[in-house]
Amino acid sequence: MAERTKPPETRTETAARLRHLLETEGEAVHAHVSVSNLRREQAYEATDDIEALRSEARSIKEDAIDRLPELIETVRGAVEENGGTVYVADDAADANRYISEVVDGKALPDADPSVVKSKSMTTEEIDLNDALEDEGVDVYETDLGEWVLQVADDTPSHIVGPAMHLTREEIADLFNERFEPDEPFETAEELTRFARDHLGERIREADVGITGANFVVAESGTMTLITNEGNARKCAVTPDTHVAVAGVEKLIPSTRDLEPFVDIIAKSATGQPISQYVTMLTPPTDSPTLNFDEPDAPLVSAGADGESADSSDAPESDREFHLVLLDNGRLDMREDEQLRETLYCIRCGACSNSCANFQAVGGHGFGGETYSGGIATGWEAGVHGQDSAAEFNDLCTGCTRCVDACPVKIDIPWINTVVRDRVNRDAEPEAYDFLVDGLTPDAEGGGLDLGKRFFGNVGTAAKLGSATAPVSNWLAETSPVRALLERTLGIDRRRDLPTFQRESLVDWFEMRGGAEASRQRAERATARTSGADIDREVVLYPDVYTNYVDTDRGKAAVRTLETLGIPVSVPDLPESGRAPLSQGMVATADRQASRLYGAVAEDLDAGRDIVVVEPSDLAAFQREYERLLPERSFERLRDNSYEICEYIYGLVENGADAELLSTGSDAGDGHADDDRGEPIAYHSHCQQRTLGLEAPTTALLERCGYAPQTSTVECCGMAGSFGYKQEYYEVSMNVGDRLAREFERAETVVASGTSCGDQLETVLERSVPHPIEILAPDR
Amino acid sequence: MTTDTVGRFERELEDLEVGLERVPAADASERIASAIEAPAVGTPLPFEGVSQPDSVMTEPTNGDVASARTGVTPATFAIAEYGSLAIESRPAGDEPISVYPDRHVAVVAASDVLPDIEAGFDRLEAQFAERNSVVFATGRSATADMGDLVHGVHGPGEVRVIVLEDR
Repeated sequence: MAERTKPPETRTETAARLRHLLETEGEAVHAHVSVSNLRREQAYEATDDIEALRSEARSIKEDAIDRLPELIETVRGAVEENGGTVYVADDAADANRYISEVVDGKALPDADPSVVKSKSMTTEEIDLNDALEDEGVDVYETDLGEWVLQVADDTPSHIVGPAMHLTREEIADLFNERFEPDEPFETAEELTRFARDHLGERIREADVGITGANFVVAESGTMTLITNEGNARKCAVTPDTHVAVAGVEKLIPSTRDLEPFVDIIAKSATGQPISQYVTMLTPPTDSPTLNFDEPDAPLVSAGADGESADSSDAPESDREFHLVLLDNGRLDMREDEQLRETLYCIRCGACSNSCANFQAVGGHGFGGETYSGGIATGWEAGVHGQDSAAEFNDLCTGCTRCVDACPVKIDIPWINTVVRDRVNRDAEPEAYDFLVDGLTPDAEGGGLDLGKRFFGNVGTAAKLGSATAPVSNWLAETSPVRALLERTLGIDRRRDLPTFQRESLVDWFEMRGGAEASRQRAERATARTSGADIDREVVLYPDVYTNYVDTDRGKAAVRTLETLGIPVSVPDLPESGRAPLSQGMVATADRQASRLYGAVAEDLDAGRDIVVVEPSDLAAFQREYERLLPERSFERLRDNSYEICEYIYGLVENGADAELLSTGSDAGDGHADDDRGEPIAYHSHCQQRTLGLEAPTTALLERCGYAPQTSTVECCGMAGSFGYKQEYYEVSMNVGDRLAREFERAETVVASGTSCGDQLETVLERSVPHPIEILAPDR
Repeated sequence: MTTDTVGRFERELEDLEVGLERVPAADASERIASAIEAPAVGTPLPFEGVSQPDSVMTEPTNGDVASARTGVTPATFAIAEYGSLAIESRPAGDEPISVYPDRHVAVVAASDVLPDIEAGFDRLEAQFAERNSVVFATGRSATADMGDLVHGVHGPGEVRVIVLEDR
């Protein structure tokens, strides 16, 4: 909780810390979260109205946060009417003091008070256990994972499965050492039995039960607790006193509003249709308390019999209930236009599970003081401060796979981009600023990390690299230059650098006659074939990589379009803003978005289609531009821009002749008995998947006689600049190796993204083209 | 509600490894007796013509609850699509009796087996308006926190459902 006083880590220190996590915790975490992620996908697919359900959940949260001050008063009224107490705590110290006072009054004379807890990230946030123990309270976690951490003096590595970084063997060793059983523990069954019995006693003896709350219904004062073990049920119902600790954002207006959350939270968290126990308590409850110190006393005291379930007949309840609603920065987050969305989070961990980097390092790497995973950047910045978020925020590469996973549709990558921008702006100027000044025509202030500044302006560097190729390529590969790049920009010297082409795609296109020649080619192609005459014109967007590095895929795109009768132009267009966005340079991206839109506005007005090869640039047009351009401009560009294979597939669906493309093995080539097509391994791009554009590429490949095998790995690990960075090189390679293992046996491997292709070429040591290069007609 | 709904409920329970028996109310007491493992504790069953068998203690002490092998409670309703039982926190102790013993036997009227969660929330609205507490219990208590999936952690490791087909 203390303000960070240690100096920021160097790149080498960060790399060493992450390497250690890859080695010690990565395998265990990956095994858990990748399964949860897969099950979540399956659960979403099996739910007919999943999109409607997610939208409904989101809109309830939007409304609840909007009405938060009113809901706090509503729940206060409801809980007090029920006979409980509501305390709104300003911060951690305030909450801990209040809870300590409640607990202190509950102990028998001459005994230390004892508390049993069910899992609550909010109590982790305020370090409640430490605060209670300082007051002499015995505190026991009863969620098995949390208890393991308590015994190990460790911290949660995942907001749902807190001890998933520990293997069964490690837990068995820990317990054998600590509890010295007659027969050493070995199996999960034995460990679980022991934990149940041990914690069962603690629950029976406890003076106070402390729980969190997943949702709090304001109108009735109903706490919803979701568990699979049943420990929250026992903690809440056994001791006389129940304290529920919840962030203020857990309030939802009505019972009806609870339904979509009960329906979706287990699906998004673990892929279960519903959790084992959804406890909806309106405390103080009618349940009798259990006093195991008096085993001969009746469970139900005279006068309260179950037949007359009318609670007014029951004797005065001996139960006591306190709801502690925690602010701790949340009301400020509510006022912060960019962080506000974080408050919609229901803490299901789906963003962690769907994140390739999280899968590799776990929450001890991809996390701050309390929270972990993509959404943690918002939580940590809001409740612990920006420094805590800054420690791990760069592990979010903006791949957007969490966007499809989040049950309340939070734009988690955007929160990461914004916090990165804020961290950048708070940084001190660096000594080497002059080195990149000429290369960085950005709109950012000084002090920005040099590497980030370089990658954010990569288009300028690429232009220069291309203009001076091949000398720039030779020079870049020399060891003094690599050492300098590593020292100043943090570009890992083990990573291959892109090879710049002397002739850019735009230059090539002009040299072969430009738009007029393309029109003639397209007309000749139409005249030659019996294919449908589709009256479209395309502006092919020359993204930085297609224009200066990977020009072959751009040329393949042009030839393919022309062959199908579509005239193309390849104008010299501004950068999309993707590069600065990935470095958290929002002002620069904003400027580039405006320039780009200005440059294509006339084409859009003329009804031309903007076709994009690099998926990350298309994702900028279709996602982030919503935040950077006026609504109408954004919608115009979004509605008229296409991924190249999506576009070709659309042409084929509308009558263009797929036979004109290079097709997979046909009859007579030895595969005649196999009508499934020629095998091809295809890794779609992460952002392309989020746009729903993996399917058109696989469909097109199938149309053209291929049988695509798609990857299950969410991201290639390269993620633009991420894999170049010295501190993240090994994480990147770890993720890339998993992808490579899926494709090891494939003869042909294709990838849509530049960095995906680079990464796969590195780990598979062979050529990995864009699908359009496979499909483009032979010259 | 309809046979189909109970059928759906049964299939979902099967996936959760929870057995379901359909019985006429007149036979319920006998079937409960054969579904329990002694010692058993229970709460009063609010169905006409149905009572707990003699082998189930309905006025248990705290110690009886702690040592019972089986807890028998009614379910106020059930949700077929998820195989969930709605256990109400009545003063008679349905909540502790359904969670403490290692086996839970739940008795539910066929007419209270609802098709989906939406129908369940129609019932909950009235429950919460009365400031009642309800637990949706689905399948057996489970954890994977010790490295592998294990059933019967803090809650019951075994669940059986008896549907009263004429109630």
